[in-house]
Amino acid sequence: MLDTTEASGMVMNKTAEEAGALAKAVSTAKAGHETKIAASKVSVFYGDKQALFDVSIDIPERQVMAFIGPSGCGKSTFLRCINRMNDTIDICSVKGTIEIDGANIYDPKIDPVLLRARVGMVFQKPNPFPKSIYDNIAYGPRIHGVAKAGSAMDEIVERSLQRAALWNEVKDRLDQPGTGLSGGQQQRLCIARAIAVDPDIILMDEPCSALDPIATAKVEELIDELRAQYTIVIVTHSMQQAARVSQKAAFFHLGKLIEVDETDKMFTNPSDQRTQDYITGRFG
Amino acid sequence: MSVTLLFAIVLALAFVGYLLGRSSAANLKTAGNNLHSIPPYHGYFVALWCGLPALLLVLVWMAAQSTVVDQLLLASLPSHLTEGATPARISLMLGEIKNVAAGRIFGTPDQATIDAAARYQSMQNTASLAMVVCTLAAAVAGIAFARSRLSPDFRARNRVDGILRWLLIICSILAILTTLGIILSLVIESLSFFARVPVVEFLFGLNWSPQTPIRADQVASTGAFGAVPVFWGTIFISVIAMLVALPVGLFSAIYLVEYADKRIRAIVKPLLEILAGIPTIVYGFFAVLTVAPFIRDFGTSLGLSVASNSALAAGGVMGIMIIPFISSFSDDAITAVPQSMRDGAYALGATKAETIRQVLLPAALPGIVGGVLLAVSRAIGETMIVVMAAGLTATLTVNPLEGVTTVTVQIVMLLTGDTEFDSPKTLAAFGLGLVLFISTLALNILALQVVKRYRERYE
Repeated sequence: MLDTTEASGMVMNKTAEEAGALAKAVSTAKAGHETKIAASKVSVFYGDKQALFDVSIDIPERQVMAFIGPSGCGKSTFLRCINRMNDTIDICSVKGTIEIDGANIYDPKIDPVLLRARVGMVFQKPNPFPKSIYDNIAYGPRIHGVAKAGSAMDEIVERSLQRAALWNEVKDRLDQPGTGLSGGQQQRLCIARAIAVDPDIILMDEPCSALDPIATAKVEELIDELRAQYTIVIVTHSMQQAARVSQKAAFFHLGKLIEVDETDKMFTNPSDQRTQDYITGRFG
Repeated sequence: MSVTLLFAIVLALAFVGYLLGRSSAANLKTAGNNLHSIPPYHGYFVALWCGLPALLLVLVWMAAQSTVVDQLLLASLPSHLTEGATPARISLMLGEIKNVAAGRIFGTPDQATIDAAARYQSMQNTASLAMVVCTLAAAVAGIAFARSRLSPDFRARNRVDGILRWLLIICSILAILTTLGIILSLVIESLSFFARVPVVEFLFGLNWSPQTPIRADQVASTGAFGAVPVFWGTIFISVIAMLVALPVGLFSAIYLVEYADKRIRAIVKPLLEILAGIPTIVYGFFAVLTVAPFIRDFGTSLGLSVASNSALAAGGVMGIMIIPFISSFSDDAITAVPQSMRDGAYALGATKAETIRQVLLPAALPGIVGGVLLAVSRAIGETMIVVMAAGLTATLTVNPLEGVTTVTVQIVMLLTGDTEFDSPKTLAAFGLGLVLFISTLALNILALQVVKRYRERYE
């Protein structure tokens, strides 16, 4: 009973907040945002090989930050540092600090499991679990004990799917396997799954690379809506996509962060020659 | 001339045929012709025509020779010996003649036998010589025929491919026919068993005591063929085996895939798989000499009465034998779950245990189930461990400390020692075998279906 009231209370708050935040986002689109993630001198090693060199970057909240750069430049590696997914790779080690809301996530006191509940992630290839659509969404809330079952869980599932703009397409077949959806729907299901744990930050690792143009447009539209609520970091290979969805962009090259700026500025007037060469298609 | 030597000569001729075919094709080519197939194919074509008919002839000849010679020999015997003789008497006579011909003379054979032996010897010699001549003639004729076919337009490659295809088809048909033959013999013998013992009594009877009196005046039980206690024993021991093997195998697979680092995995996995390479008879005496006495002594110290051939000992050791089946199947199934599933779960803040329990195991379940079903059919058919460690009397019990018997043990008991081939006691073995065969076949088919469905999932 307690769960139910809490959850529905939360829903109310969220919707009100959502509307407010949306208005705020629209009005302050160009205005400064507070720093959500602050990385300083992050280096990553795979065994003896160094993949990332002293990356320092501030990522503002409630905006979309795009990481661009040629293949193998370390942008995905850096993305995976933000939710400590690199911990799951044995030979990978990370140096430097990344602070989220002022707390260093590489502090030994931080539990990566709890961190990942706050920092959601969407992968390159849609990876729904071989479970029903409902259970895919309910998985996160269930393991974190946010809601048990019944109406509280139903509400979380419905809200998450609605925010991921998938509810209308799947509401009549929630008990069918998530793997049976189309690629674009699967990717939105994965976004809904990430939203369901109510994170602050959503990391997206080339979320549209396996999707067709129509599905890509839907996911991009969704990213644009989500930034009112979440801090979003997206890795992309598509310059157009970075221009369409992001407010700020960071250019990585050979494991180094070359340039961070407003997306508009970077695409029209980059300050580094390498950025200009990449954007104009001279390499990459 | 021995058959081995003959084979060697035919092979040498085939090689010569290959060289001849290749060189004549090469000559055609140098003469400016445009060949359809490259010269080696012409060579293979000639070699196959030389070798295959000749070798086939040898095989057929060897199969037929003894029958033909026997008939000729019989026809040459004086009529007073063969007239009115029973088939058994005739085969005895032929055996004696052959013994004499081979120089194994017992007692004093009569003159007719000695003459026949001499005739037999000469007939054998003639036949062998004829075989050699015919085979070599066939080989040479094959070469001549095949060479006459060679021409620039001759599609040697297609012909060779065709012949090879037929060879492959014949090989696979041979395997299938053998299986069919086994099934057929099982079914036929079982039918003659079920003609003596009603199917219903066999499948649902609760009393198993197959000893039947051999002589009319012998004191023995009349024979009861209710197979339920026997099948129960098999099921019971298999269940015990699975209770041991399933958790140990599955958990060690999970450890190896998800927790162990590479070096440990490289050592532990082969060690686990060594278990699969131990001969079952070694498991058998491990069960009899080590495990069973241990269980009995341990049980006695607790004040329990434990049979020395307890179901627990046999089932437990069989479980150990099955561990590698389950662990390697589960290992494959868990490894085959895409890394993206793990990433997805970890990214949601799942712990390792939660990921394994809620994502990996459900995704790997079909593969694991397939492995378990194969392991069960292995357990049901396992013979040596239970022959050594399980009991002989069919008991209907659920107490693992008592002895039970299994289908395979009973088949061994029924068919070893002096047996008559028309008594229900012997034929009962075929009835048991048939049911066993059908159940393991069904389990295998089920397992393959499950594994197949699983494979379709991630490709």
